[in-house]
Amino acid sequence: MTVVTPQEAPVADVPKSSGTRLVDRVFKMRELAILVVFLVMIAVTQAGNSQFLSEQGIKDLLLNATILVLVATGQSLVVITRNVDLSVGSTLGISAFAAGTYLQGGGNPVVAIALAVLLGIGFGLLNGLLVSLGQVPALVVTLGTLYIIRGIDSIWVGSSQITAADLPGGFVDFGSGGISAVPYLALIALAVLIATAYYLKHFASGRELYALGSNPEAARLAGIPVRKRILAAYTFCGALAGLAGAMYLARFGNVDSGTGTGYELTVVSAVVVGGVVFTGGSGSVYGAALGALLLTSINSVLPALGVSSVWVLAINGILLILAIAVDRVVALRVASALKKRNARHG
Amino acid sequence: MTHPSTTGPAPVLALKDVSKSFGAVRALRDVSLELFPGEVHALAGENGAGKSTLIKALAGVHRPDAGQVLLDGAPVTFHGPGDARDAGIAVIYQEPTLFPDLSIAENIYMGRQPRRALGRIDHKATHNATAALMERLGVELDPDRPARGLSIADQQIVEIAKALSFDARVLIMDEPTAALTGSEVARLFGVVRTLREQGAAVLFISHRLEEIFEICRRVTTLRDGALVGSEPLEGMTEDDLVRRMVGRDLDELYPKQEVTPGEVALSVRRLTREGVFTDVSFDVRHGEIVGLAGLVGAGRTEVARAVFGIDRWDAGEVTVDGKALVNGAPSTAMSAGLALVPEDRRAQGLVMDMSIERNIGLTGLRTTVKAGLMDRGAERSRSLDWAVKLQVKYARIADTVNTLSGGNQQKVVLAKWLATGPRVLIVDEPTRGIDVGTKAEVHRLLSQLAADGVAVLMISSDLPEILGMADRVLVMHEGRLTAEIPRSDATEETVMAAATGRAAA
Ligand SMILES: Nc1ncnc2c1ncn2[C@@H]1O[C@H](COP(=O)(O)OP(=O)(O)OP(=O)(O)O)[C@@H](O)[C@H]1O
Ligand SMILES: [Mg+2]
Repeated sequence: MTVVTPQEAPVADVPKSSGTRLVDRVFKMRELAILVVFLVMIAVTQAGNSQFLSEQGIKDLLLNATILVLVATGQSLVVITRNVDLSVGSTLGISAFAAGTYLQGGGNPVVAIALAVLLGIGFGLLNGLLVSLGQVPALVVTLGTLYIIRGIDSIWVGSSQITAADLPGGFVDFGSGGISAVPYLALIALAVLIATAYYLKHFASGRELYALGSNPEAARLAGIPVRKRILAAYTFCGALAGLAGAMYLARFGNVDSGTGTGYELTVVSAVVVGGVVFTGGSGSVYGAALGALLLTSINSVLPALGVSSVWVLAINGILLILAIAVDRVVALRVASALKKRNARHG
Repeated sequence: MTHPSTTGPAPVLALKDVSKSFGAVRALRDVSLELFPGEVHALAGENGAGKSTLIKALAGVHRPDAGQVLLDGAPVTFHGPGDARDAGIAVIYQEPTLFPDLSIAENIYMGRQPRRALGRIDHKATHNATAALMERLGVELDPDRPARGLSIADQQIVEIAKALSFDARVLIMDEPTAALTGSEVARLFGVVRTLREQGAAVLFISHRLEEIFEICRRVTTLRDGALVGSEPLEGMTEDDLVRRMVGRDLDELYPKQEVTPGEVALSVRRLTREGVFTDVSFDVRHGEIVGLAGLVGAGRTEVARAVFGIDRWDAGEVTVDGKALVNGAPSTAMSAGLALVPEDRRAQGLVMDMSIERNIGLTGLRTTVKAGLMDRGAERSRSLDWAVKLQVKYARIADTVNTLSGGNQQKVVLAKWLATGPRVLIVDEPTRGIDVGTKAEVHRLLSQLAADGVAVLMISSDLPEILGMADRVLVMHEGRLTAEIPRSDATEETVMAAATGRAAA
């Protein structure tokens, strides 16, 4: 075929980077939307109950969110790779108990935290190995480890429990203390959150998590060490669940064999409400953290407004479905906007 | 690289007696191949001959069952695609392998982004390098837009940019031009020539023979997984090459039957979808094959999708045999006797992990359902019938579609829609990725359908195909219909002029 090389057709009247701005806007919008919902909710509550935003009130809000923010941050990494970790609740429970048992015997708080994190890493590695080596879906594998870890926990803990009285005073004070209205624990969670977000955006291995969630086959062809990355995501998730366990101990001082039961569902809800897409490849840890803040705040808002707390679960459910619906609608909108932009070079 | 001047350059990359089987299918049998620096080498063969499998053996995706891969004359074992890439081998796979959620720039540089201090990614450098690549390929693609929603052609361009983005010593391209039109192919070839002059070895696969003759010096031919030969293209004719590929002489490639057109079957009036196409009007009569030509992105596929009801239109009217179709309702289009063979076979045409039989059967559910239950026997015989007619190459009809070669997947999509017995058939790139032998068969089939009174609208980027098969050629340019050319006046020049907007309609 003799090819006639045409002059480059005049670029369509769409400004060059409108696609970028559009997509950026949508993602920022997604996080902004949760923030707005959160702020409106707080403002309404404050209007109905002026005691709500006292220093102690703010501190409680932050303290309640802290643990969920940590675990949701870890979970986001796993969900971004198109997997899920359902064992985080069990890991949190067993790490809290391990750290408590150690402190009961007069241990050093820093070592106790390290112990909890290490235990979390251990279970994270186990999950990661099972998911990346076996051909079994993550949902099934981690449902299995959820029960296994809970089982070990129950045998170990039995009917005993740890109470704040068994723990060193400094550890418990640290758990409830803070700089004016900002708890220390919240500062730690914030530091972890910022570091994770920075890592995900600016390091190649962080971007590769998105890549392999977006298209696993293409990731393999691009030479990305898929198994290694999945293993790392699970390990990190486990580590944060362990750390969250130590924080739980410091905050509540009270651990038994049921600690953390059912927590995985709250975590997954927070992540999804925060805009991390369950099919992998997109979302941010900031979104997940905002999702966690929103969900935990509802727990404080309803009582403050005099609404029975039996409504909490129903409202969480509505939020979840709303978030998924919004994501779906936004995705369709973006897709059609991008498609229109395709009708460009003539 | 050392070039011993006495013996000529040594092969950079070679295969020696390589075999590879998938279960009972022997995809490669004792195949050898040598790639030399500064030379573009063609790989030819029918659908399912083993071309893609050979490439995957070179790229470290498949480990050969027997035989060796030689790099600079020494045997190597690639443990994965990463190893091959590190050895300087760039590969464009037949099916685009993009990350839909990530930007084009990230897609291109994934795994080897430019770095700043402390190993952080240099986002700005990545963006600029991508912009430079796009300029080199002469396309307007925003490096920061996500890959989701790119047309097939643009996906292919991103793949090409990815392969060019590192200084590859070996560039392997599996049907890179299948989705491209003339001007983009010309750009690609320009870049390939530059690389060749810089001493890169290039392996090129295409079912468009004229492209092989244009850019390649040697050709290696495969038939049923076995090597037919490796020889210079100089002095060879297209017929010689076809004979090596299919093992016999080919029938007429464009067996167009003369038909007197009947009543208007499909009528499109002033169809507009804002920002995509504007004021498109045309008729297709029973017994007629109407070609729809244009450059990539001119809006041809979009018109077809709107007519069939996949996308909504903003203004206008579509009628089939005088009955108006409902906007955005494919099911009413189907019951009016319309069928659409889509261009993106993986995304729109096939359920990849369902069997061949079930895939072909999907569109016929209505006719093969008895008393609410599926009649599996009827589905199977109908599927077998069409699989044979289109010469689909498979081990068992119950195999999943993702084990088929690219061209054979395409045939399954065709079979699926032809099996509905449509009265109006819209085919979008019907022979993309299909080998010459089957191409002739598809053309014969389309011609037969037209002779039986079916109205056929054929979108194609393959100009000879349009010229060879169409009774009338419609040409689109930037979302508008710019010309309607009767068969007698249609030439490469008239069509290209209208497609590039250089002629007033
Ligand atoms: N993963 C797989 N599993 C089973 N069979 C496979 C697999 N990949 C390829 N095959 C088979 O190997 C044979 C060669 O396929 P291959 O993709 O190499 O053909 P090709 O020459 O590239 O054809 P095309 O021109 O259609 O792209 C085919 O019969 C195909 O069905
Ligand atoms: Mg192939």
